Amino acid sequence: MTKSELIEKLSDGHELLNKKEAETVVNLIFDGIEGALSDGDRVEIRGFGSFSVREREAREARNPKSGELVKIPSRRTPFFKTGKELRERVDA
Amino acid sequence: MTKADLIESVYLTTGFSKKESAAIVEMVFDLMKTTLEQGEKIKIAGFGNFVVKEKASRRGRNPQTGSEIEISARKILTFKPSQVLKSAINEED
Repeated sequence: MTKSELIEKLSDGHELLNKKEAETVVNLIFDGIEGALSDGDRVEIRGFGSFSVREREAREARNPKSGELVKIPSRRTPFFKTGKELRERVDA
Repeated sequence: MTKADLIESVYLTTGFSKKESAAIVEMVFDLMKTTLEQGEKIKIAGFGNFVVKEKASRRGRNPQTGSEIEISARKILTFKPSQVLKSAINEED
């Protein structure tokens, strides 16, 4: 399912929502999560899961092609932990 | 941030009542859960992909007792963030 299919399903399944409004809602949700993570906040959606930011430490690695040693600076990466309800439903 | 904050932003942006906004946000996550439950992946451009993966059974160890146990085959959900999301999170502001 793509974002546009999600928008379509939302608009089809909800009598009050036209396509444009469904698009606004879906964008608000994902932009909202992105915004919170950018601020370093954690996002918890009960029954679905939680999004958080994890620090990856700086490290030295090798370019696999040239064998050259490169320094990788520390960076932040988004992390998703599946919620209990969804974890159980996916594995059912 | 919780679902309540997302509901609030839908309420403030769309003009739907709080109750309607709550039902709409709930529906978005319900649609996603139902899709994933069926083993289908979700691709949100600019955000990331939610993918259900099949894990084979393997031998593991109970870390407390040290005894060997069989970990059964299972399906797990993974999230792969898009490059756009990764970059947004690393931007200095």
